[in-house]
Amino acid sequence: MARTEPKKDVVIVGLGWTGSIAGIELAQEGLDIVALERGHDQSTVPDFQYPQQIDELKYGVRLKMMQKPSQQTLTVRRSGDETALPYRSLGSFLPGNGVGGAGTHWNGLNWRPMPEELRLRSYVAENWGEDIIPEGMNLGDYPVSYDELEPFFTRFEKVAGISGKAGNLNGEIQEGGNPFEGWRSEEFPMPPHRATWDSQKFGEAASAMGYHPFTASAGIASTSYTNPYGMQMGPCNFCGFCERFGCYQYSKSSPQTAILGALKQYPNFEYRTNSEVLKVETAADGKTATGVTYWDEAAQEEVFQPADIVILSSYQLNNVHLMLLSGIGGPVYDPVTGDGVLGKNYAYQMNGGVSLFFEDEHFNPFVGHGANGIALDDFAINQNDFGALGFIGGSYWRSGTFNGQPIRNMPLPSGTPSWGAGWKEGIGRWYGHAMSIGSHGSHMAYANNHLDLDPTYTDRHGRPLMRMTFNWQDNDLRMNQYMKSKMEPLAASMNPDSMQSGFKDVGAQYDVRPYQTTHNTGGHSMSETAREGSVNRYSQAWDKHNVFVMGAGNFVQNTQYNPTGLVGGLAYHTVNAIRTQYLSNPRPLV
Amino acid sequence: MTDLPGYPSRRNFLKGSAAGFALTGIAASAEAQVEAPVSLDEYETEYLNGAEWAFIMAATARLIPSEGDGPGALETRVPVFIDRQLAGDYGSADDWYMEGPHAPDAEPARGWQTPLTPAEVYRQAIPAFDAWCQSSHGASFAELDAETQDAALTSLSEGEVELSSELRDFWSLLLSNTKEGYFADPQYGGNAGMQSWVYIGFPGARAAYREWPERHNIEYPLGPVSISGERA
Ligand SMILES: Cc1cc2nc3c(=O)[nH]c(=O)nc-3n(C[C@H](O)[C@H](O)[C@H](O)COP(=O)(O)OP(=O)(O)OC[C@H]3O[C@@H](n4cnc5c(N)ncnc54)[C@H](O)[C@@H]3O)c2cc1C
Ligand code: SF4
Repeated sequence: MARTEPKKDVVIVGLGWTGSIAGIELAQEGLDIVALERGHDQSTVPDFQYPQQIDELKYGVRLKMMQKPSQQTLTVRRSGDETALPYRSLGSFLPGNGVGGAGTHWNGLNWRPMPEELRLRSYVAENWGEDIIPEGMNLGDYPVSYDELEPFFTRFEKVAGISGKAGNLNGEIQEGGNPFEGWRSEEFPMPPHRATWDSQKFGEAASAMGYHPFTASAGIASTSYTNPYGMQMGPCNFCGFCERFGCYQYSKSSPQTAILGALKQYPNFEYRTNSEVLKVETAADGKTATGVTYWDEAAQEEVFQPADIVILSSYQLNNVHLMLLSGIGGPVYDPVTGDGVLGKNYAYQMNGGVSLFFEDEHFNPFVGHGANGIALDDFAINQNDFGALGFIGGSYWRSGTFNGQPIRNMPLPSGTPSWGAGWKEGIGRWYGHAMSIGSHGSHMAYANNHLDLDPTYTDRHGRPLMRMTFNWQDNDLRMNQYMKSKMEPLAASMNPDSMQSGFKDVGAQYDVRPYQTTHNTGGHSMSETAREGSVNRYSQAWDKHNVFVMGAGNFVQNTQYNPTGLVGGLAYHTVNAIRTQYLSNPRPLV
Repeated sequence: MTDLPGYPSRRNFLKGSAAGFALTGIAASAEAQVEAPVSLDEYETEYLNGAEWAFIMAATARLIPSEGDGPGALETRVPVFIDRQLAGDYGSADDWYMEGPHAPDAEPARGWQTPLTPAEVYRQAIPAFDAWCQSSHGASFAELDAETQDAALTSLSEGEVELSSELRDFWSLLLSNTKEGYFADPQYGGNAGMQSWVYIGFPGARAAYREWPERHNIEYPLGPVSISGERA
């Protein structure tokens, strides 16, 4: 080891959404903090400036904001019988890189989980009996309830600056909101967004069928807003360069717009970029961590950063990888025996959708934002009769333009050639005359889907890559097919010239090439006891009490929603526990 | 309407837009280009050699032909885009994990598994495909007539051209790089004069539509701007 830095109270690994939350909340305690970020520094000005940011090729296609596989990646196989192969170029998921992490270039679809989703095993058992749980499904309860997390969801929504309309205020159903959501103690910080033509049409068709549409909640400012840290946001102008891009004005909620400007004012907070953490070092007694070793890109040397508290906030995949490499988070899960915990419960998202073509209508698909649209929850987890339907799960539906950029967004009616004169004719005829409805569905945890270290492939530091074993499972595919059977009649009721569906069916194999979601969950799941998971209800590692692990890796199974509302709520729950319980008396909190 | 710092007033665009919108092809590009770039015949390639350039010119001209409404790949200078992309960090797969062992025979759903970079795939696949054109159609691809070229590309797209597994993604690369060049911002060498954007009605880098969400079912009237401030 070439260098040892002076000891800090807290070292934060990764400065994305959760690292920024940990940073500012612990900085308020006066602790001496350093955040180590693998990627580069980036701020709204100058890095996301107009017009350089409005570049589909660079950011949308060449993915210049994302983690570079040459720097860090993993291997993937679909079952224990396959040889895992490296995820060499990005496709299915796009981990973030650089200050702000994926929080910089996310869509801003900010949802809370349903209360039932956090106690799903009990909910199933109470209503249908445990017998309906398919073999191989690790259905669990979170060790923390919706009611306990509610203040922290509210806190995250205020900080991030979320626009929307409450559907359930303290148990009272509200006109215009989602009537099926969990209770909220307060209205959204900002009012809901205006509806674009596609969402308007979808909402009207849904109402006509007796469903309950509402404006999707969005981490996108609908008005001017100042958050609890004094950070200011201005209304979004529907620029359409949102997902995969940094916002060129201060409208999308991100670590940059919501936290970092305020955090950098604290003299007791410091951050170092191009500093990739390689390992969490542990004390001889095995009960605590002593700090982290990182690679200082500028100095081209390894550095030891001692600290009293280690916060892992490097995104789900990187957290699990670091824990596997460092021996933190309990014994590694073995799918054959079912023993072990670390790497268990890896889950993803089950999505599908319908494209509708209206030759004589204008959708202006470039007018939109990442979380635009009208949504409905009539087929959500707490609305479905699992016993009768033959699956456990649910989805929310949404329609709204969010990216009309033509390289990636050129839906054409089936039968249109993919090249040549017919293709050229097709793009002229159909661009701007199509809309879509998406189903965003739950994904359960299964005995066979897990993470461990790869036996063959190594990274540029010579460390083994992480290995993902993952494939689609029948339960979730059946859920997806059910959504298809319900969505197609709704789409047909809108009388498009033509329409086509894309819903994976039973038998579908995981394909790493097309983008699906960056909603990788589980792997360091939270649990009631150390035998079932890697961290406790406060995201504190069961085996090293001064290590707290943030992010969707904590999930027991994935919810039907985009993860960040729950990730943010859990992060505030964790920092609250550190502030109110841990600092005065460092120990295992459970 | 917000005016962009350093840019001519957007209100002025409105006036020209009705006419600009109807223009396609050469006319729009002539209006938009400040300085005419060298013709494709005189273009000096950065990566592709002579035979490769001839192939890319001929192949992209069939993938997005000039006939019919809307510009083709040649009017929009897609070959220049491809050449520059292959010369750059995309061509050399700088961002990708390229360590071995490689399993190029793996199922396509397992992703990019060839040991070759995109630039190397083009380098090896073009002569292999040309050799196939020779034996199946009697001439290299660039020398075939348009109809036979289309037939050869169809065979390539349907996997009927024997290529080693290291090269099997050649078709999908060629097609996606061609469409990228057609639709990307003109600073990358293709989409000359933003003709493809004018053709489909994409406003390019305007990226400011505050009044537009509730303008339901009304066609957006303004032509595109590019990152460098070109208008069409
Ligand atoms: C294109 C896209 C769209 C998305 N849309 C949505 C959405 O609409 N709704 C939603 O809920 N979620 C969405 N997500 C997911 C969302 O971005 C994440 O849930 C969220 O950012 C997770 O926060 P995090 O703090 O766990 O990780 P991040 O915000 O990604 O931060 C992790 C940070 O750690 C750094 N890091 C990684 N490894 C190391 C290391 N070894 N050493 C030091 N630093 C390291 C990374 O560079 C990164 O900056 C989207 C993601 C993507 C990519
Ligand atoms: S759509 Fe709105 S929030 Fe998203 S990047 Fe554009 S201005 Fe920012």
